[in-house]
This record gives sequence, structure tokens and C-alpha cells, in this order.
Amino acid sequence: MAFTYLEFERPIAELSEKIEELSRMGSNNTIDIAEEVEKLSKKRDRLIEQIYRNATRHQISQLSRHPDRPYFMDYIPLLFDDFQELHGDRAFADDGAIVGGPARFGEHTVMIVGQQKGRDTKEKLKRNFGMARPEGYRKALRLFHMAERFGMPVMTFIDTAGAWPGIDAEEHGQSEAIARNLMELAVLKVPVMCTVIGEGGSGGALALGVGDRLFMQEFTTYSVISPEGCAAILWRDRAYAEQAAEALKSTVKDLQELQLIDTVIPEPKQGAHRDLETAATMMKAVLHPALEELLEMPLPTLLEQRQQRLRNIGVFQQHS
Amino acid sequence: MNWLTRLIESPRAILSSNDTPEGIWIKCNGCNETLYNKELMRSAMVCPRCDQHLRISAAERAGFLFDEGFEQRDTELRSVDVLNFKDLKRYKDRLKEADKKAGEGDSVRNYLAHIQGTLISASIFEFAYMGGSMGSVAGEKIVLGMERALRRQCPYLLVCASGGARMQESMLSLMQMAKTSAMVNQLHEHKIPFVCLLTDPTMGGVSASVAWLGDVIIAEPGALIGFAGPRVIQETVGSKLPEGFQRAEFLLEHGLIDAVVDRREQRAYLHTLLGHLTAFSYKQHH
Repeated sequence: MAFTYLEFERPIAELSEKIEELSRMGSNNTIDIAEEVEKLSKKRDRLIEQIYRNATRHQISQLSRHPDRPYFMDYIPLLFDDFQELHGDRAFADDGAIVGGPARFGEHTVMIVGQQKGRDTKEKLKRNFGMARPEGYRKALRLFHMAERFGMPVMTFIDTAGAWPGIDAEEHGQSEAIARNLMELAVLKVPVMCTVIGEGGSGGALALGVGDRLFMQEFTTYSVISPEGCAAILWRDRAYAEQAAEALKSTVKDLQELQLIDTVIPEPKQGAHRDLETAATMMKAVLHPALEELLEMPLPTLLEQRQQRLRNIGVFQQHS
Repeated sequence: MNWLTRLIESPRAILSSNDTPEGIWIKCNGCNETLYNKELMRSAMVCPRCDQHLRISAAERAGFLFDEGFEQRDTELRSVDVLNFKDLKRYKDRLKEADKKAGEGDSVRNYLAHIQGTLISASIFEFAYMGGSMGSVAGEKIVLGMERALRRQCPYLLVCASGGARMQESMLSLMQMAKTSAMVNQLHEHKIPFVCLLTDPTMGGVSASVAWLGDVIIAEPGALIGFAGPRVIQETVGSKLPEGFQRAEFLLEHGLIDAVVDRREQRAYLHTLLGHLTAFSYKQHH
């Protein structure tokens, strides 16, 4: 598979190419080349470490929407068994930007719902680039209610630039659809766990993001607006995206400081986009025990804690 | 040319802009007529020529909607610049400017008031305060307004006028959508009527949360209401937007709101509506 490299990933790509070239020559086996390959590999490891651990907020924002980044449906077979996709909002359409249905997670049946972006042009169009219409959020809500009826914990997976800003979406009540999910998720009578696996884009992400636990993978972001959108409004120029990303503080580290997320899901050292299987294993290692914990919780406690969690969000001063 | 026409046609300097209705003359942004402020106040800042509903402050709104003697509440909350946010200006400075321009109390003002004798708890967005953007203070005030309605066992009225979430509070502001929406469940549980009045403009994060969760949602004529801004949609889809797109009447036609109500009729409309919602004729139910 051909990788795509972002600008700041270039040095890694160049070094990798060099190593590959040398390895090919190495089949004529001189010890010198083997040593050189090992030296370069170590150098590459240090470089990877350096580049990803020191990534700026803007770079992390680019990583969160990296073209090679695994999407929801890439994780499904690695995390779940017996997934059955259920379609449609029972009213108007089936929105390909949101995928959901029951599945087994270890020994438990859960309802999984997430955004799907699409890899090639054809799938991107089918998935509308992961930007859901009201029908998508209404399908999600239908599945949440089904989960409640049959005692299935809900696991959502967030990866969207935002809700679809289109004429049809407005005509069908995009605001209403998002608002209703926020309200209904707050009192859904089963455990709800939300995980950001890429781009957490504003209200469109939040519509799958209200629950008992919020997890984020290491190189993801969750933001009120994209750095580009913010720059266009506050700097009146999209070119200020880097400054906007710094100001918005939407990385995992920032949100942890604000106590808005529960646990960070670590990623392989060069990111989930270079090693899907390890990324899935690391995700399962966090999500499975978290689910076990929530399953032990009596419903009144679960709902009370969720309500308190929501009630207490915000920082302000009281003047006398 | 008499003195009056001379005055009207004189440079803009003597005309006040729409957001400072203290001036003597106001130019209607609907029909461009220059109107006498006192006359406008008598018609609840609705242009008597073209029925354009001019934007008004929360205080003016309260004056038009409520019986005399209403009281403002929760005035002690102040925004904090948690993120040390700076774009072209510092958030701290924007807050100071907004305090000066629109009065302290941030973008939502809470009231305990009566509408033709019916007690209500109300929150009114102040659009002049940073575009009515919702940050931590706005979210908290809305929740406090709802909690007051629960305590007093009276209806809750939310009047919206907002560009959306307050970017300067980043994720804390996005999460206010979840906080305010979650609270609506308690109004439902205790059968507290919740009415939303959407005014120009109601967009983004406010629209996609608490603004659309009222038992009854009414809007002012001509108000721009929607999730994404028209410019963003235009850029995304690349086609021309339909006539009247995202206006109150458009939403009514698409089944998204209950009614469009002229500002001059709202008091009477709300009084009757709240009467219906609090009647509980079938007592077994209560």
C-alpha cells in the first residue's frame, strides 16, 4: 500500500526510502550495508519519536485527518465480532456517513455507531466525506433507542469534519437532529462510551459524543471549529490556521488539562495510520475494561453521574 | 426641501445605527426608510412601513414582552479566559469591550417575570454581546434559568439571538450544547413547559442544541435561523441558495417550527399558549 506523507512527515519518508534502497542492495550482502541499515533504522526510530512527540497543535490536527488514518469500518473487524449493519432512519433516507448496528465486543453485545469518511473517490461520495445529514443522526438515534430497549451498551466512534452544511440538510432540520441526540443521549438508560478516532468536528461530532465516558486516541482532536474555519472568521483569512490551531487548544493534552476527557488511548509510535492492528489492540485494551466497569454500575448511579458530568461543564467567575 | 427632509437626507452622522436605538432617527434595514425612534419603540422596533423586525437588546425585549416589574437574575456570572485565547485581539479585551458595549452579564440575561400575569423564568440572548455567542456563562445561565423554572414550577422561555458557540472558549463552549440540552430532560420530567422564541439570527451551536428543544418553537418574521451559515453552505455546495433560505417562513414551510409570530403579537400569543400548556385538564395525568 502506498503511503501518503504530510509535509512534516517527509523526513521519515525520505529515510525510509533510503533504508529500503540499501536493503535491496544488501542482498549482495556486504556487512557494511547491514550495519548502515541498522544505523539508519535506529535513526529513523529517533526521528519518528521526535516528530510525533513534538508535533505542534496544527500538525496534530493534520494527523487527525491524515488520508491514511484508519476509519471506523477499518476497526470494526479488529474490535468486534458478528457486526450487523442496520440501515436507514425509517423516514427519509439511509445516510452513508454514519454506520451502525449491533456487534459483540468480547462477550458483550453492544450497539456501535460511528462516522465513516470513505477512502477512494467513490466511497467518499457514498459516505459524503463523513459529514452526516440529519438522516444520519436520526438513524443513530433510532439505534440508540433500540440499544436501550434491549439493554445493549452504546459505543460511538467519532470521526467527522462536521455535520453536512448543505441546503438539503438545513431543509430537513440539521439543528433539530443534532439537538435531539444531545438531549436523548443524556438520559439513555444504558452505558454510553464515546471515542474520538480522528477528527472531532464540532456539533456534528458532539451529536455522537454525549455519554458516560469520552476517550480520545492520542493523535486526534476535538474542536468547536476547524482551525481553518476559525482562522477564516477570527483572522479573516484561512491562511492563519496554524495560529488558530494553537489558540483553540483542541489536542488530547489540552482537553485532558481542561478535564473534558476521561482517558487517552495511546497509539503506535508513528500513529494509528501506520499500524492499524496495533492501534486496534491498544484501543481494545482501554475500551474493554471501561465497558466492564460501566456494566457493573446500577442504572440510577449511571444516570446520576452522567447528569452531574454534564451539569458541571464550564468555567466562570462569580462576582459579588 | 423643508427642515425635516433636510435632516433625513443629511449625512449618516446624525443617524444612529441599528444597534444604538437611543438615537432619534433609525434607518430601517428592510426598506431603508428613516424612522422616528419613538414611533419605532411604540411598534416594538418593528418598521411600521415594511414590518421588518429590527434587532433589539435583551433589555428592550424584556420591556416589550414582560409585564412591568420584571427582575433580572443571575447577574453575577463573568466569563474567564481559561485558554488565554488571542486572535487579532485578546479574548480578555473582547470581553471588556463587550461589557462596555452591551453591559455586563455576558450574552444571556435571565429574568423572573410575568407575561400578562403568568409567572415565567426567562433567558434572553443579548446579541450585541459578542454576537450572542454561547460560552460557559451563557450555558450556565440557561441551566440556572431552567432550574429556576423547576423551583418555581413555572414555564421557561428562551429567546435566542446568537451566532453560535463562542470560539474563544473552544471546547468548553461546544460542551455547553450538551449541558443545556441535557437539562431539558428535567423540564420534561417535571412537566415544565419550555417555549423557544427564535429571533434574528439563531445559528450554529445554539441552534443545534437548546434552541430546538422547546415544546413549542416560534420565530420572528424574517429571522435567519439555521445550523450552518449561508456563506459556508454556498461555498460548500457551489449552487445558489433558494429564495428565503433559512428564514423563519422557510422553516415553517419545511415543518421545522410551530409558528411565525409578529413581535407585536408575541405577548398575547405566549399568554394564550402558556395557558394551554399549564391547564392540565386531565388531572389523572398530572
